Amino acid sequence: MATNREKYDSAFKESFEIEQSDLKDELEYNTIETWDSIGHMQLMAELEDSFDIMIDTDDILTFGTYAIGIEILKKYDVEIL
Amino acid sequence: MNFYNELDRFSDRTALITEDIGAISYKNLLAVADKIAGHIENRCLAFIVCKNSFESIAGYVGFQRAGVAIGLVDARIDDDLFLALLESYRPKYVYMPKESQIDGITFESVYSFENYVLFKSLKTMESVLHRDLNLLLTTSGSTGSPKFVRQSYKNINSQVVALAEYLGITSDNRPITTMPMSFTYGLSIINSHFFKGASLILTDASLVDPRFWSMLKENEATTFGGVPFIYEILKKLRFGKMKLPSLKYITQAGGKLNNKLMAEFAQICEEKSIDFYVMYGQTEATARISYLPCEYAQKKVGSIGIPIPGGKMWLEDNEGNRIDSADVAGELVYQGDNVTLGYAENYLDLAKGDENKGLLRTGDIAERDEDGFFTIVGRTKRFLKMYGNRINLDEIEQLVTEEGYDCACSGEDNELIIYLTKSKEIENIKSYISRKMKIHPSGIDVIYISKIPRNESGKILYSELA
Repeated sequence: MATNREKYDSAFKESFEIEQSDLKDELEYNTIETWDSIGHMQLMAELEDSFDIMIDTDDILTFGTYAIGIEILKKYDVEIL
Repeated sequence: MNFYNELDRFSDRTALITEDIGAISYKNLLAVADKIAGHIENRCLAFIVCKNSFESIAGYVGFQRAGVAIGLVDARIDDDLFLALLESYRPKYVYMPKESQIDGITFESVYSFENYVLFKSLKTMESVLHRDLNLLLTTSGSTGSPKFVRQSYKNINSQVVALAEYLGITSDNRPITTMPMSFTYGLSIINSHFFKGASLILTDASLVDPRFWSMLKENEATTFGGVPFIYEILKKLRFGKMKLPSLKYITQAGGKLNNKLMAEFAQICEEKSIDFYVMYGQTEATARISYLPCEYAQKKVGSIGIPIPGGKMWLEDNEGNRIDSADVAGELVYQGDNVTLGYAENYLDLAKGDENKGLLRTGDIAERDEDGFFTIVGRTKRFLKMYGNRINLDEIEQLVTEEGYDCACSGEDNELIIYLTKSKEIENIKSYISRKMKIHPSGIDVIYISKIPRNESGKILYSELA
């Protein structure tokens, strides 16, 4: 059974075609080529699937970095340790 | 006469609204634009590496007013492709963002405006430009091949007149940018609103960026356009629940919106009193070919509507005979002043005049219903729409073949499939095509296949794939 962290990381890796070593708190929207609007929608869909949640409009829009995403998911009772 | 030379009469009206500066009047825009273009000696070819920014727009407006032939490419263009374009078309000038790269040996900087620089070629080769040539645009927006569509002054003028008429564009409109200006659909919004003295809200932020929505709300945007993917984002963002009272109408083009999404938006827009226009077009027709009048958005879901004002549309069978009965499929043919001059593959083609004579075979298969509304039911050509950009499947096959691998390409819109006979190269090919064609990797599926099915003459049997 994958941990929440593993699921969270794998959503990023799958959506942006990046490696584990690329994942860091500062990883930000629009700073890598694959995290554009298309990648962002892909990431939202992956996270919703993995955690069985529906992310609100404001959260989709403010989900700007790897670290902010972890804070946002707390609202959906998803703790990423 | 180019309408860009008549914008002075809008004087103190707001031409642009940007995030950094705020409102910029027509007077100020034209002063800057003419100053940039003042460094160009006479009619020649100039490239603009485009962004949705004041600098980029000012260069474009200036070049238009100076009678320069303009090639537009997106700032995210692949470096190799950009170099290939410079070699093939030999522009005398290139106007581009400071951070973009250009060969300092063959170009010298002659002027700079804010974050943009105007470069002049040091080579003395002169190319012949046909007097009607106004714009060069790629068929796939931000990506793709070195092939350009040649658009004339008449094309641009007829298109803005038609758009202003059927969309009812006035100087009170404030469109907000959602697409690159090098993409024919994005550019048609810019052209048609300048034509009417409207105010353009410029942003490079996409719809998933909160900055886009604050620009829209604070500046009370009245309209925007979107390719199907933008409508998918809008749905995900629960557009129906957003409070956007300034929006008067929105448009959709750049590929077929699926019927379910179209019906949903027709419904949402009706509830919100926003006019919703589904449209159809091609770069080869300057931009627009047909539109579905907004009052039919719910009644004629799936339809591309009727020809734009001034255009004619009909269907032809395989023998080229006109189909007169309703509900019979045939190739969609369009006639109008917005049908472009033809293609260009290098600078020599820029001397050519009108090769299409106002007639365009669209390559799309359509049906016409009893009320005269058209619906696309298929394609004769092998291409896909990837997030609004047209991708030629044969071209992808060629790119992969050039790398030394056998392959076959198929798929659906937003879902390119590459069948490859080398399993080890799956990841490499995926990232190579993604990089070259600027397609997001999540839209590309590379599948291993032991052998590409072919007939005796070597043609790929696409029906046997998958």
